Amino acid sequence: MTTITSPHAGHGDHGGHHDHDVSYLHPKGGIWTTIWDWASTIDHKKIGVMYLVAILFMFFLGGMAAIAVRLELMEPTREVTVAGKNVVTGQLLAFGQSLQKGNENYNRMFTLHGAIMVFMVIVPSVPASLGNFLLPLMLGAKDVAFPRLNLLSWYVYVLGSIFAVAAIIMGGVDTGWTFYTPYSTTTDVEGNMAYWRIVSMILAAFILGFSSIFTGLNFVVTVHKLRAPGMGWFDMPLFVWGIYGAAIIQVLATPVIGITLLLLIFERLFRIGIFDPAMGGDPVLFQHFFWFYSHPVVYVMILPGMAIINEIIAVYSRKRIFGYRAVAFSTLAIAAISFIVWGHHLFTSEGEVAAVVFSAITFLVAIPSAIKVFNWIATLYKGSIRLTTPMLYALGFLFLFTIGGLTGLPLGTLSVDLHLHDSYFVVAHFHYVMMGSTIIAFIGGIHHWWPKMFGRMYNEFFAKIGFWLVFIGFNVTFFPQFMMGAHGMPRRYASYTDEFLIYHQISTIGSWVLLVGFLVHLFVFIHSLLAGRLAPPNPCGGLTLEWTDAASPPIEHNFHHEPVVNHGPYDYDDVFPKQADPKEFPMPAPLPAGARAH
Amino acid sequence: MSTLHADHAPSGGTYADRYVAAAHFRDRDHEFESVKMGVWLFLSTEILLFAGMFVGYAILRMLHPEAFIAGSGKLSTFWGLLNTVVLLISSWTVAMAVRSAQLGKQGALQFHLIVTNLCATAFVVIKLVFEYYPKWQEGKLPGKWFSYPYAVDPSEPLWWGIYFGSTAIHATHVIIGMGLLTWLLIRARKGHFGPHHYTAVEGVGLYWHIVDMVWIFLFPLLYLIH
Repeated sequence: MTTITSPHAGHGDHGGHHDHDVSYLHPKGGIWTTIWDWASTIDHKKIGVMYLVAILFMFFLGGMAAIAVRLELMEPTREVTVAGKNVVTGQLLAFGQSLQKGNENYNRMFTLHGAIMVFMVIVPSVPASLGNFLLPLMLGAKDVAFPRLNLLSWYVYVLGSIFAVAAIIMGGVDTGWTFYTPYSTTTDVEGNMAYWRIVSMILAAFILGFSSIFTGLNFVVTVHKLRAPGMGWFDMPLFVWGIYGAAIIQVLATPVIGITLLLLIFERLFRIGIFDPAMGGDPVLFQHFFWFYSHPVVYVMILPGMAIINEIIAVYSRKRIFGYRAVAFSTLAIAAISFIVWGHHLFTSEGEVAAVVFSAITFLVAIPSAIKVFNWIATLYKGSIRLTTPMLYALGFLFLFTIGGLTGLPLGTLSVDLHLHDSYFVVAHFHYVMMGSTIIAFIGGIHHWWPKMFGRMYNEFFAKIGFWLVFIGFNVTFFPQFMMGAHGMPRRYASYTDEFLIYHQISTIGSWVLLVGFLVHLFVFIHSLLAGRLAPPNPCGGLTLEWTDAASPPIEHNFHHEPVVNHGPYDYDDVFPKQADPKEFPMPAPLPAGARAH
Repeated sequence: MSTLHADHAPSGGTYADRYVAAAHFRDRDHEFESVKMGVWLFLSTEILLFAGMFVGYAILRMLHPEAFIAGSGKLSTFWGLLNTVVLLISSWTVAMAVRSAQLGKQGALQFHLIVTNLCATAFVVIKLVFEYYPKWQEGKLPGKWFSYPYAVDPSEPLWWGIYFGSTAIHATHVIIGMGLLTWLLIRARKGHFGPHHYTAVEGVGLYWHIVDMVWIFLFPLLYLIH
């Protein structure tokens, strides 16, 4: 890449600028002033960065729990008699204690992994960090609609995480992240600290729900009310559409988990009996309530991931996205259908007619999802593809999401699901979607917008090494799980028969490759912050407002002048990307400003 | 933050006349419309929250109709009806408060806010003193505290779980509403609201109507089914 005068260097020339022309990252004073400035900020960019840091920290905790789970599964647990003495082998989480203890530790580890990854990482991941940072920039707004509510949502997130960590310190929870009754209301009998750890974990999820609602509500209003002059609904970047779809689900689904978790706490503390069969209550009602939220929330996880992929694929193919409206409407279709398919989590516990109906509706989700995949591939076709790190991640996403999506179909088929349910096939399926798609898109998105967020380039070579480690590690970890699941390996067991040994060992080795891959990325990020080359304002030649109208990193008020939108977000054939290097993006010939609208 | 708009800020008059929108909005109307949309979205979350409660009610009533009818018979329709009337009056007064703010009638605004808050207080007092307390005395409590010896149906503790659960969550909303109404009153006394700026009054007013509406559904479902 050629050198471009950076905004940092540029500032010296003008001199005498107002304070708000300075980059949002510019420290306000001494260390304490700066810390207070961040802690009390209502700037969506800072809140986005704070979310990013918090989420990546929780991702590390959840990842460590996953490594522990895989470590335990490296060997099956056995109690064998050697020379008249009972010896336990393969109990890597027992720490020399009993078989029972080892199994309990294993249960706590996978619960921890699930609860942290779902409630504290994947649900807020893209919207709260990248979404917060980019949504107002992409819309040409100065901030989200309710900046103080935005800051509050971060503090609520931290508070919820503290409750979750408290539950871990009290010994951890072994219910699984779904808190199914009656186990979750009866385990850990009353009378000691251990009784409270499940309450603490449920409260954590309850509190995090508020954070999610605040973010979602903020984004919906921002998209409706704060678009720049000239930006109609179909001039918005598709990233915004994806975040918008997810935000609607966050607002409409989260209150239901709120009341569910509240009733669960009442149930546990006061034995009100609503979910307790012994008192005439209905445990399946809990499952319905739980999945009425937790299924739609799967799309809160995936829609923002898809949103990132739209931007990356378009900009690094230098091609107008194929079927803009189809992609936008498929987002809304997924959001709408997501509310009526929760019953497919209960195929074996609900009535047969209900199962048939839910199975049929479930297949509908495949249609808008497939529309998106077709459109992305059509966008790639004959594009000028640049295989940068974000683009590699986007291509990885296409590959993994297709596997994850297609393996959802046998699970939605009733007869097949009776064989596959609660097996490793399910585990592999949702990891391909949640991690292989959402987290992969998230990491790709962080790389794509990293120069914009922090004003520095990252080392492309090491980032690509990181990608290949993550991509290969991921597949090595999870692909064998499809096979062992199909052969009957149930999920959530600490031990297994020899038949599954080889799959488990491959899977565990894969998890180490994955870990190394993420550490490489961590290294790339830290290196970039410390020693990265200063980033030009538009290194990727994007046409969305954060690239064409904002500095890298953006100034405190985002734009020097309110941007006016006079071209679509993907008109690469017609419009030269403002602020980009003409040598790097030679085509098309620059047109005079305003010569062409749309 | 609002330096950019300082030039357009009207001088003189009350706080409400001088009010300028936050810097990321075009003007006061833009801000008002955005806040109102936010409030409506928030209220939709409230409706969905109570919807969960109502679904729980429906399922358990279907499973144990006898327990629900027996339990409902032990509620006092008189106090329930009185509380309904109290809340309906408060709905009227809070609407009048919004209207007064729009017309700039400061005295009427404060009067209606006070009456609304008194109604809210009356509701909570009636709930606690004349409904919760006697039932607590008789042991008609949910779950593990249920000790009422004359229950006709073994699932009656379940009914009390639904009754106390739903009314307590509703009463919590009433108490939060009392706090909001007090906040409005303090701001109203400082002259914060007028024809050009009454966003907070409108938002709290909407919230209060939703709280009333939930009760309009709870009252027949809990008190009038026997």
